[in-house]
Amino acid sequence: MAGIKNLVNMRQSGIFVALVAIVLLFQVWTGGTLLSPGNVSNLVLQYSYILVLAIGMLFVIVVGHIDLSVGSIVALVGAVAATLLIKMNMPWWVAVVAGILVGVLIGAWHGFWVAYIGIPGFIVTLSGMLLFRGATAIVLGSISLSPMSPEYQQIASGFIQGLFGTAGGLDVFTLIIGAAAVVGVIVSALRTRKARISYEQAVEPFGLMVAKFAAVGLVVMFFAWRLAASRGLPIVLIILAVLILVYSLLSKNTVYGRHVYAIGGNIHAARLSGVDVKRTIFSVYVHMGFLSGIAGVIYSSRSNGAQPGAGNMFELDAIAACFIGGAAVTGGVGTVIGAIIGGMIMAVMTNGMQLLGIDFPTQQVVKGLVLLLAVAFDLINKQRALSK
Amino acid sequence: MSNNILEMRSITKEFPGVKALSDVNLVVERGEIRAICGENGAGKSTLMKVLSGVYPKGAYDGQIFFENEEVSFNSINQSEEKGIVIIHQELALVPTLSIAENIFLGNEQVQRGVINWHETNKLAAQLLARVGLDENPMTRITDIGVGKQQLVEIAKALSKKVKLLILDEPTAALNDTDSAHLLSLLRHLKEQGITSIMISHKLNEIIAIADSTTIIRDGMTIETVQKGPEMTQDRIIKGMVGRSLDNLFPEHEGTIGEELFRIEDWSVMHQTIPDRLAIDNANFDVRRGEIVGIAGLMGAGRTELAMSVFGEAWGRKISGKAFLHGKELHLRNVEEAIEAGLAYATEDRKRYGLNLIDDIRHNISAASLKRITKGGWVNANEEIIRAEKYRADMRIKTPSILNVVGQLSGGNQQKVVLSKWMMTEPEVLILDEPTRGIDVGAKYEIYTIINALADAGKGVIVISSELPELLGICDRIFTLAFGRITGQMPAKEATQENLMRLMTKEREAV
Repeated sequence: MAGIKNLVNMRQSGIFVALVAIVLLFQVWTGGTLLSPGNVSNLVLQYSYILVLAIGMLFVIVVGHIDLSVGSIVALVGAVAATLLIKMNMPWWVAVVAGILVGVLIGAWHGFWVAYIGIPGFIVTLSGMLLFRGATAIVLGSISLSPMSPEYQQIASGFIQGLFGTAGGLDVFTLIIGAAAVVGVIVSALRTRKARISYEQAVEPFGLMVAKFAAVGLVVMFFAWRLAASRGLPIVLIILAVLILVYSLLSKNTVYGRHVYAIGGNIHAARLSGVDVKRTIFSVYVHMGFLSGIAGVIYSSRSNGAQPGAGNMFELDAIAACFIGGAAVTGGVGTVIGAIIGGMIMAVMTNGMQLLGIDFPTQQVVKGLVLLLAVAFDLINKQRALSK
Repeated sequence: MSNNILEMRSITKEFPGVKALSDVNLVVERGEIRAICGENGAGKSTLMKVLSGVYPKGAYDGQIFFENEEVSFNSINQSEEKGIVIIHQELALVPTLSIAENIFLGNEQVQRGVINWHETNKLAAQLLARVGLDENPMTRITDIGVGKQQLVEIAKALSKKVKLLILDEPTAALNDTDSAHLLSLLRHLKEQGITSIMISHKLNEIIAIADSTTIIRDGMTIETVQKGPEMTQDRIIKGMVGRSLDNLFPEHEGTIGEELFRIEDWSVMHQTIPDRLAIDNANFDVRRGEIVGIAGLMGAGRTELAMSVFGEAWGRKISGKAFLHGKELHLRNVEEAIEAGLAYATEDRKRYGLNLIDDIRHNISAASLKRITKGGWVNANEEIIRAEKYRADMRIKTPSILNVVGQLSGGNQQKVVLSKWMMTEPEVLILDEPTRGIDVGAKYEIYTIINALADAGKGVIVISSELPELLGICDRIFTLAFGRITGQMPAKEATQENLMRLMTKEREAV
């Protein structure tokens, strides 16, 4: 089998194992608090917006650029939503639509400069980072706005609970959704496998596949069980799951996704293969803006207001998530799932260290080192595979 | 003591699977201007890389004597210390730095750890005077033309106390005035005792300036001709191309149909150099089932012509008409060119042809995803079927189509490139140096594929600088020189000599 292809898969499994190991480690260290129902629920609520950003960032990184402005976009989206809700008494959905629209427009703005004018994404979004941070302060008049309307707050702190009653203190609906997710994963994996066998393609050993199913199933059901024991299924988790699914499929199974990887892998070859490089890069930034808009709505909903300093350094967490998840700095490589797992590693570490009462500076030192080591591990592995 | 500045004795250099140089001898007299001629890939550049230390001692066999002393260089720095300086075709200047900074790059005029800029600029000015370049040493490289940049390179060589100056295709990118200036400068340097080795395709220049010419073919020295009545273009051409062509090419008898594709009065301005005409009023055509060759030396504009035709992927201010099936085409981009039925397989597959970090399957489908897509969704199974079909048809040697392309051999990579373009189901395929850098066995397979394409009724245009290749596989051959089509002839009537004459034919003096 192919060395690198194998390695990518290995790496993805490897990072999944790393996530489980980190979770278990902190579970022991925190004396069981990490995976307590309340904390699992909190983890989702607290880091969902980083994961949403990581999805968009993954596309930006794969196409060969970067986006430093997403933290500022999150802040501006929150400011616009808060202004509409609090100052103008608009209904919640107007604020949501307007917030996402702001994100999309900013994405188009960045995409225009990067794709059609040819300025590197690093510079364009560095400018955007300052520009939209400033715009946030102007919109807010440099003061915080709160509280948001109760409906709007529901987006980030609402739960679906009791739809099918409870059993043994557990929310049945949450468990059903968890089980459905596991079944969905297994069915789709089996279908792919069947198709590949019918096309006489190599597949992984049956035993390994079953082991993978067992691992994924265990983790998901455990997760569902914890949520069911707490407040039920967070609305945010549903939004996140839909986004992960849609963007994962977009990246793998559509012409658009293929073009993104082709450009990141070799922009000249892509151009000579008839790929509209400019339009593709432009739309990658539009997607990033759309997802930043969603993240902005979730964050402002969760923090129940808008602050001039909201979303500070979110871009770095999102970028780190992608790189820990196996994305290549040079573009062309990376997966949505990898970025999500990378983001979860960051989330569990941060949350775990908070539970342990470790101070913020130390947290930053640890996160910085983890990022460095994860990418170093990746590079060393690749070099070893190539020198064989 | 002999008067030879350089003696290279039985130099042999092997790359995996290829013998680039075999038992090459080169003796250069002090103070002469030596030309080295040979087809692309004959081994000229490899020989110069051995001499200048790019390939260190041990990477080749044989001995090198410089000024009667055996030398072995492990890096360019070491050869430069002895006074051997090589100026490559791609100039090694930093465009954003000044002339003076470039001349003393790596050799900065330092006093107590600080660069003395007054000294630097003064010395630079003196060197510029020696090469006859009237420019301020503080001018940036981007602000002067290619001709002057070439002179800066020579000034840089002079700053290193050069004894043996090697120039690789020094006039390839220059206009006539700049070329003339450069050649007279070489004569001038000769009077100052500097020996030059000049690799060149421009035979008239060689005749005009060289004291002797060494001809290299297939990694071997054929002969060295001294200046005089013996040194003629015909003799050099004969030496460059005289090899047997037995059994290198599959037998092929094509059935040629009606005209398929034609360009008329095709002119293209250079992509980056202002006011330079890269393609000048070119006309050519290809018929159904025909294999047409475009013969041209490096820098003749072969790739530029092909890419400008392929949806204006290269060049500016493209004028002229293109017809497919007699209907005029108006292609604005590559996507439209592919849709119209054109395909262009690049000469540089690693840089422009393949996504090396992705797998074979994705590379093959990269230019024709639309064909396997419904409602925006790529049919992954259909993709696998197609990729498997091409793996079998083209005999791509790989355990799986999910293998990464970067790990394949050159020949197999080229097959992936061809598969990619066959999947677009084109009418006209332009294959740019389809066998560059691949071994003889794989070449034969590529030729077989090209024949099969023609038999399927497609028009195939093969661009190559290897004349035996064109003679072996084409039905008709056009020659391209300095951006102009200088002739066409049926392959049966063509010989390497008459092609080479047309390929080196310069614009008649006005």
